[in-house]
Amino acid sequence: MIAEAGLAALWLAASLAFLQLALAALGLAGDKAELLGAVRPVAVAQGLLTAIAFILLVMLFLRSDMSVALVASNSHSMKPWLYKFAGTWGNHEGSMLLWVTVMGVAGAAVALFERALRRHTHMATLGGQAAISLGFYAFLLFASNPFARVQPAPADGQGLNPLLQDPGLAFHPPTLYLGYVGLSVAFSFAIGALLTRQVDAAFARAMRPWVLGAWILLTLGITAGSYWAYYELGWGGWWFWDPVENASLMPWLAATALLHSVTVLATRDALRAWTVMLAVVAFSMSMVGTFLVRSGILTSVHAFAVDPERGTFILALLGLYIGGALALFGWRVGAVREGAPFELVSRETMLVVNNLLLSVILGLVLIGTLYPLLTEAFGHKVSVGAPYFDRIAGPIALMLMLVMVIGPLTRWRRDQAAAITRRALVPTLVALLVIAILAFKAWGRIGILPFLGIVIALAVAVGSVAPLWKRNLRRTPLFTWGMVIAHLGCAVSLGGMASDSAFTVEKLVAARPGETVDTAGWTLRFLKIMPVAGDNWTALQADMEVSRGGGTPVLIHPQSRFFASPPTTTTEAALLTRWNGQLYVVLGQEAEGGRWQLRIWWKPFVTLIWLGGFLIALGGAMALVGRERRGWLLKWRSRKAQEALA
Amino acid sequence: MRLLIATLMLLLSAPVFGQSALPPAPYADRQIEDAAQERKARALMETIRCLTCQSQSIADSNASMAGDMRSQIRERIMAGEQPEHIRAWLIERYGDWVSYEPTAAPILWPLWAAPILLLALGGWLLRGRIKRRMER
Repeated sequence: MIAEAGLAALWLAASLAFLQLALAALGLAGDKAELLGAVRPVAVAQGLLTAIAFILLVMLFLRSDMSVALVASNSHSMKPWLYKFAGTWGNHEGSMLLWVTVMGVAGAAVALFERALRRHTHMATLGGQAAISLGFYAFLLFASNPFARVQPAPADGQGLNPLLQDPGLAFHPPTLYLGYVGLSVAFSFAIGALLTRQVDAAFARAMRPWVLGAWILLTLGITAGSYWAYYELGWGGWWFWDPVENASLMPWLAATALLHSVTVLATRDALRAWTVMLAVVAFSMSMVGTFLVRSGILTSVHAFAVDPERGTFILALLGLYIGGALALFGWRVGAVREGAPFELVSRETMLVVNNLLLSVILGLVLIGTLYPLLTEAFGHKVSVGAPYFDRIAGPIALMLMLVMVIGPLTRWRRDQAAAITRRALVPTLVALLVIAILAFKAWGRIGILPFLGIVIALAVAVGSVAPLWKRNLRRTPLFTWGMVIAHLGCAVSLGGMASDSAFTVEKLVAARPGETVDTAGWTLRFLKIMPVAGDNWTALQADMEVSRGGGTPVLIHPQSRFFASPPTTTTEAALLTRWNGQLYVVLGQEAEGGRWQLRIWWKPFVTLIWLGGFLIALGGAMALVGRERRGWLLKWRSRKAQEALA
Repeated sequence: MRLLIATLMLLLSAPVFGQSALPPAPYADRQIEDAAQERKARALMETIRCLTCQSQSIADSNASMAGDMRSQIRERIMAGEQPEHIRAWLIERYGDWVSYEPTAAPILWPLWAAPILLLALGGWLLRGRIKRRMER
């Protein structure tokens, strides 16, 4: 019954999306207030229905209802409940339902909470949101029905990929999807504003919180995904330039650029067409990513199913929406005025350079990701991986970081180059000092990119707090603090990346229980190895005592786990976090003579990578709250003033 | 004829053979004594694709083929071969697909030109815009 109810809810939601689109289109075309008045309630109802459909699917997974094909092929009754729950989206159909749910709920939120946007643009935005939702409903209902039954029902399910059986699955995909699909709101805003020709500062102020919200979640999702890959895959890597990672990075790059350009539009009423374009590009990148992942055109741990029909369907949707939005842009861009002019030496120019560099990185990641597909069409199989992206996008990212030092120290409208130089003096001196120390200490031992990375990270760290210099910290607005924290987060993250690639010490040994291994100042005593059992796995667990410089020994337990359904072996690395780095120990295979393969890494300051990611998101949240609170305060004061007059 | 049958038998037994007596890969998970050589080998391994995995380099893969390739690379580095020479050898053997670092084949020229073209395009857009603004 639950499955049928879920399917019905989905069909109803799809019909409401169609109604929402029709009401908005007819209402706007004929300027009929009674039609437009119904758009918001319909949008809310549609969001509710998708949420219900999603909750019903979660219930099916929690109850292990094996008569539902999706549950049978992706779950198992013996799984811990957390993985039954999170397994809902650990497969193709479930993750697409999550996608549609986020889109519906985001639309409902725009209907309920958006107050700043002009009425007509608001309605056009909701119409746009319904239009994109419709395509994904069609995809779900015709090509990936999550509620299909299977006859006869199997005795038990086939289980979930053990790599995904980790608490990370409960957090990483939903956060990432909230961000990914949250960008659809920015896309719909752009469509709405193009239709009503109302692209101005007020529009930017209305769009900014939605972009910020999506961007914060995207940042958290990527950070969490990176840490998950780092500890789960057992090789100490945290970013692989895997096509699927690129698919999540591209919307983030576009959203980051959008976040900065929308600020220019809101503050100075400039960059109108560019901002609208970026809003279209950001969600287009989310859709391109979904196509790359879901079509199975790229094989990866994320591509749950390889099915050309689905790929074609998403490709058609992609062409329809991106093509349609670009056509609308081309048609209406003439009506969007250029906006206020600006000087060469100004905050605006700095933000334009930021946008330019982010767009170039985005373009390179896109080209690098798609290039192997292109050459394969010509019968030439190539790989484009870390060496290309590091070498090509790395230096541009470092340039971007340099702009990040100067940008916040530059004034809006017009500034003097000499004054900026004076303000950037301290960060510059810090950079020079670091160069001197590093050159003295580690010349020739570390690569040029990590070297520059450390130098620039420290310069940015100092530069990012420089805008607070000589300011009354208590009266500094929360959104300024947000910017400072987010930029500091970039520096922290860059520092972690550079430190990891420059100073990591690797040790591979085959050791017997009772033996001792020394590496990077650590002493590991391999005590014993023994079998242990979990809910749905058995494992071999090594007990080790580790200590550094004669300190108190700590026990760690790396495992090699075996899952029966589906039969897979995973490694559970033991991580020991210290303020200055992480010890990463993996238990490998048995070697001859009762020895065991051990992989040991000491990674100085590696945790800064994810701490930085978290700081970036935190900064975004502070900016969001700061801006919104200011809006509420202003409204509250004007209401008070009116009451006082009356 | 007998030789053919024998060869066929050997081919058929290959999977079993692979499991019982693993081909010698002494340096799959064993580092080279000389740290500088090990760094070289490690850097190369990070840019070589594991052919039996899903987008992983041989430096971070549990697959036995990746282990064999790691061992090959370490042995060749110890024998004094240059990393780029080993890469060329691997490409000759397995095709361009094996190297995460795109080669300089003509089909890849646009890929290498992309950053310059994109930066130039951006710079041109920016210059045009600011110049016009200055004239006002």
